[in-house]
Order: sequence, then C-alpha cells, then structure tokens
Amino acid sequence: MAEFEPKIVAFACNWCTYAAADLAGTARLQYPPNVYIVRLMCSGMINADYILRAFEKGADGVIVSGCKYTDCHYIDGPVKCDAMFAKLKRLVHILGLEDERLRREMISTSEGTVFARVVKEFVDQLKKLGPSPFSSLRKEKVAV
Amino acid sequence: MSLEDIIQETKTYYCLECGKCTSVCPVAKYDPAFSPRMMIENALLGFENDLIFNRELFSCLTCYTCQQRCPSDVDFPVFIRKARAMAQDNGQHGICAHSGQLQSLARLMTSLDIKQRRLEWLSDEYRTSDDSDVLFWVGCAPYFEPIFEDIEFNALDITKASLKTLNLLGIEPKLLPNEKCCGHDALWTGDIETFKKLAEHNATQIKEAGVKKIIFSCPEGYRTFKLDYPNYGFDVGCELQHISEFLAERIEKDGLKFNEVKKKVTYQDPCRLGRHLGVYDAPRKILESIPGIELVEMQYSRWDSICCGTSAWTNCDSCSNMLRAERLSEATATGAETLITCCPKCQTHFRCAMIDKGEEKRSMPNIEIMDLANLVASAMGD
Ligand code: SF4
Ligand code: SF4
Ligand code: SF4
Ligand code: FES
Repeated sequence: MAEFEPKIVAFACNWCTYAAADLAGTARLQYPPNVYIVRLMCSGMINADYILRAFEKGADGVIVSGCKYTDCHYIDGPVKCDAMFAKLKRLVHILGLEDERLRREMISTSEGTVFARVVKEFVDQLKKLGPSPFSSLRKEKVAV
Repeated sequence: MSLEDIIQETKTYYCLECGKCTSVCPVAKYDPAFSPRMMIENALLGFENDLIFNRELFSCLTCYTCQQRCPSDVDFPVFIRKARAMAQDNGQHGICAHSGQLQSLARLMTSLDIKQRRLEWLSDEYRTSDDSDVLFWVGCAPYFEPIFEDIEFNALDITKASLKTLNLLGIEPKLLPNEKCCGHDALWTGDIETFKKLAEHNATQIKEAGVKKIIFSCPEGYRTFKLDYPNYGFDVGCELQHISEFLAERIEKDGLKFNEVKKKVTYQDPCRLGRHLGVYDAPRKILESIPGIELVEMQYSRWDSICCGTSAWTNCDSCSNMLRAERLSEATATGAETLITCCPKCQTHFRCAMIDKGEEKRSMPNIEIMDLANLVASAMGD
C-alpha cells in the first residue's frame, strides 16, 4: 500500500504568506507538494466555514497564515484571524477532530524558507495522525 | 423528484389562487418579491426554472401560517421543502446565514469515523445514567455555544437547566456521547441526502440505547423525530416528549409545585412546537402553575403567533430583521419584562436582532429573553 499522503489546504494572505510561498518556489526550495494554497486578501477575512469546507472536501490539515501583527495591510486582520481561529478550534474540537490538524502561522514575504519548513513539518505531523476522520466524505458528492 | 411529482404529492393543484397565503405570510409582508401564491402558480404553469432559481425560494420560514388559512389545504411548507430539494440538485442552496458553517457542520457530522467531544461541558452537578430508560436529546447546543458567543447566547444554559429540572424530579437521563444533528435544517433546505444519513445514525444509536422515552428541549429536534424520521423510514420506536409536555404532565398527574418567581412574562410560540405539532397549552400550563408569574399574551399568539424570522439558517436578511422588530415590539407592548420561548433558535435570532449594530437597531425594541427551561429551573429552587 502506498504511503498515506496528507492533503493540506493553506489559506494564505496575498501580501505575505502567499508571496512567501511564491518565493519558496522561485528560490527552488524543496518542500512536499501536499499543499493546496488558497489566496486571501487578508488573513482577517478567513471564516470558520472556509476551514470546515476544506475538511469536508478532504483536507487532512489546514494552515491559516497571514502577516505579522504590525504588517497587515488592513490594520487588524491578524487579530480578527486569531479570534476566528480560536472559535473554529473549539468547534472542530467538539466535532472530534485532532487539534494538531490546524495550524495558525504568520509568515512574512521574505520568509520562503519558513513556509517550506512549516509545510514539511506539517506533512510529517499529519502522516503520523493519518487521514482525517472526515476523509470518508471525500468520495461523495458535496454541495459547493 | 420532478415538479409534476411535487405537485401531485402536495396537491398544490387544488390551489384557487385566492392569495390568502400571501396575505398572511409574515415574509411577504416585508418582502414584496416573496409570494407563496406566485410560487405555486409558477409550479402549476410548469415554469420550473422560475421556481427553483428564485432566490426567494429559500426565504420561506416554513412556519405553517399560510397552510392554516389555505381553503384548499395546500401544504405549502412541504411544497417548498421538495422544491428546495430540486433546487439543491441544481446547485442552489439559498443564502446561508453565518456563511454556511452550520450547514457544513451538519454535513461533517455525517462521517461515521468521528468521535465527538460534545459532552465536555457536563459536570458532576448534573446526574446522568447510562442505564436510564429516558434519554435526553442534547441537540446542537454544544456547537451553538462557540458560534453564538458574540451575541451573548449560550444554548447550553437551556440544556443545563433542563437536566437540572429532570434531576430534581428524580430522573437521571441517558445522554448520547456521539449524538448527531437531527437533520432538521438539512431537510428543510432540501439537502435530503445529509438528512437521511444523520437520521440513520441517530435512529441506530437510539435503538442500541434501548430507551423508552426521549425528552427534547429543542422543538426542531422533537418535530424531526416525531414526523420526519417515521416519514423517511427511521422510526425510533419510543415515546417522544418536549420538556414542556413532560412538565405539564407532571403538574397534572403528580401535582408538581413550583416556588414563587415574581415576573410578568409573555410567551413566543415556536413554529415547530406550535403550528407544526399543536403544542400550545403545555408551556402555558407551566407558566400558569408558577406562583408569581403573570402571563400576558401578545397580540398574535398560539396559531396566529409570528415566527422569529429565520429558519434553517438561510436567507437571514433585512426583511427577517423587520419581522423580528415587529414581533419584539408586540412583546414589549404587553408590558411584560421577559419574553419566554421554548426554542433555542427563536432565542438566538431575537437576541441577535437586539444586539445587531445594523440600521434597524435604532428601532429595535429591547426585552429580556429566556427559555422556559431556565425559568422552570429557577422556580425549582435552582
Ligand atoms: S391560500 Fe391556498 S388556495 Fe389560496 S392561493 Fe394560497 S395556496 Fe392557493
Ligand atoms: S410557511 Fe410561513 S413564511 Fe412560508 S409562505 Fe407560508 S406563511 Fe410565508
Ligand atoms: S438572526 Fe439568526 S440567522 Fe440571522 S444572523 Fe442572527 S443568529 Fe444568524
Ligand atoms: S494583509 Fe496580510 S493579514 Fe491582513
């Protein structure tokens, strides 16, 4: 049986983490190809449903990453993101999902290496955890 | 299911186009684009797309006000439910409140591999027993707690008060640690697939639990178990009771007495408990039995009662807020200090309207709102 390859959805702010991921690519840093990046204009626009939907669609882990507190282009996006993320964590905890399947990061534009490292670490962590308890929903039709 | 099947099944062809439905409909009152009569007419004329791609399809509260007035006994809420199932098949889901997270949660709960941690709030203060032949249905309250903390509402307070009350009456109910959403919202928004899966998981768990009775504090769960589960072949085969019915029975049979609570209150009939299931007297009986409680009815009460304005977490908009403003001003006009209801969702929507920072805020009346279970718990010396 082939080794389990986790699927990761990363919600990344356009101004920093998305650029960092881009940098990791242009710098030809090696990191696992398990991550699907969804670009947001600001981490403050993340909402619980984006993350729930990612799990519904078959993600084994989700990263939410944006600018550092003082770097946000829309002032307090990271603070909003933290609040939402904390609430979301409580929700998925009740659902029975392992806390380790969610990661909140702040990776700025120049940190391509950090992005590559975070993805690598996360992939290893998820490999240990195995498929998400929602992975059985993946094959089935899901409303968009 | 085709449009023709829906028409045959709900007998909409008996419609006389009298328009009574639209004239009593609380949504049509504020939303000129919404007309149950027109929806039926479109269906009867075979304009399928005008029906299922209509944004208003998801605005109906399925509150059953129209059906009560219809001279031809057209079951409009069921018609809407089936039309929504067709719409879902065509990729239409209405405009989900809270960006669809409640719908997502229900779909995620259909996974058989999950082990929920939905009872972590349960402390030693509450006595439960796995051998009990009475089951208490917790419902989605554990999920509502984080979602609605912004509007200062904790649905678990209702659950806790209900458990406390049952304990004081010598009942230590069983709780299901992996209970799923009852599927009410999925069913009424036309997501039949999710509904069936949830119903199946729940029915199986309940049969395994081998209980004789289930007590609900949520009218939606109660309705779903009572009418919709058997309808879809998921009969749980035991007695079902809303906590208000259970308490009213105790008052009648065992002479249950309450302590004094001095309060002038009014009562909101939840659509599911009232018009859907005809339970109007039980909650009132409880209110009347608590010494010190003065119950004043709103202008529209019992079967005329007005819905809290949003159902199944779809199409919550300015029209629904106007509806809530109307209902809340009726409540304040009674001079009551507290609005009592028996449905966690009525309470969510009303509280949200009162706390909303939107434009309607200025005209939004303010009144304390409380679940009957909490009032009862305080009248039982809690
Ligand atoms: S009240 Fe009944 S008969 Fe009259 S228009 Fe509505 S559905 Fe038709
Ligand atoms: S069920 Fe209620 S909201 Fe829907 S059409 Fe009838 S009266 Fe209007
Ligand atoms: S009224 Fe109800 S559905 Fe609408 S936003 Fe508030 S809590 Fe959500
Ligand atoms: S712009 Fe990057 S987090 Fe707000």
